[in-house]
Amino acid sequence: MPRPVRFNVHPREADIHNNIAIAEMPAGLQGEGYFATSLERVVGLARKNSIWPLPFATSCCGIEFMATMGSHYDLSRFGSERMGFTPRQCDLIMVMGTIAKKMAPILRQVYLQMAEPRWVLAVGACASSGGIFDTYSVLQGIDQVIPVDVYVPGCPPRPEAILDGVLRIQELVHNESLRRRHSEHYKALLNSYGIE
Amino acid sequence: MELTNDYIRQRLEEKFGVDVSGFEQPYGLLTFETPKENNLKVMQFLFDDAELRFQFLTDLTAVHYPDQPGRELAVVYHLHNLVDNVRIRFKVFTAIEQPDVFTATSLYASANWMERETYDFFGVNFVGHPNLKRILNVDEMDYFPMRKEFPLEDQTRIDKDDEMFGRGGHIF
Repeated sequence: MPRPVRFNVHPREADIHNNIAIAEMPAGLQGEGYFATSLERVVGLARKNSIWPLPFATSCCGIEFMATMGSHYDLSRFGSERMGFTPRQCDLIMVMGTIAKKMAPILRQVYLQMAEPRWVLAVGACASSGGIFDTYSVLQGIDQVIPVDVYVPGCPPRPEAILDGVLRIQELVHNESLRRRHSEHYKALLNSYGIE
Repeated sequence: MELTNDYIRQRLEEKFGVDVSGFEQPYGLLTFETPKENNLKVMQFLFDDAELRFQFLTDLTAVHYPDQPGRELAVVYHLHNLVDNVRIRFKVFTAIEQPDVFTATSLYASANWMERETYDFFGVNFVGHPNLKRILNVDEMDYFPMRKEFPLEDQTRIDKDDEMFGRGGHIF
């Protein structure tokens, strides 16, 4: 006997009227037919919702990241639809997993290949601090070789935590001053990592 | 005739006399030691002999015994006779101040990378090795991490709390 198949012949009308998230309008002056705000806010808004992440996954946190990108957790909802597998086109590098000392120059090279502005998300205990691998062969946190914007704790973190990290990166992107990357402070930060 | 441990030992003692010593058979694996100047001679004999035929080097590593002055580093060779499926193990000991041991690369090609690894982790200087440099660790490393004076974990760090790793603290 064939298995009975149920068809969804009476679909419920999707209630989209109050369920669509729309980015909030930046503060500014508005009136009949015009709206004025600062360029910085518009750029921040645009950048925030179209981050291209570059996954740099070396171990189990990368598996959690696959779940994060999957349909259930769906990182794409936040405007990060496209994973770029080239650093040159990406804004955000997500470092997930144990980085061995031999891997450190490669990670640094990938970071250098990214164009400014660029952000770094360290996912999991190993990328953030070396984790349980307190040993001669493992880098004790990627912030020894590249500057990190957001750390996600966990061993491994759940997909929700990774999403939270991405949202915090979005907050940083949203509120970042257009002048930040040219500031003395930022140059000093990069110089402390030996990056010109 | 079956190649027994006793027979191998008898052949070695006939050939080398007092230069092979410390025979034991933990878990049935014939184990002995020889002076480090003698390691190539022993290996050559084991390799060439028509009956012994230990022509495969399974493993080569080192052990650090910091409480044995003058013989701190033991280099361990595991040999395999593929015809009779017999394995043996022998060790040479060397002082840590001058850890020079002759290379086995001319006899066993597989010794090349294993000696590099042993150099990498224990600092054994294999005399005559064609390319003795680090193989697994970063080239900038300036110590030999498997020696006992280097603790596995950095004891001075306070950001990694034992409680977070399930060590120390309370066990419920």
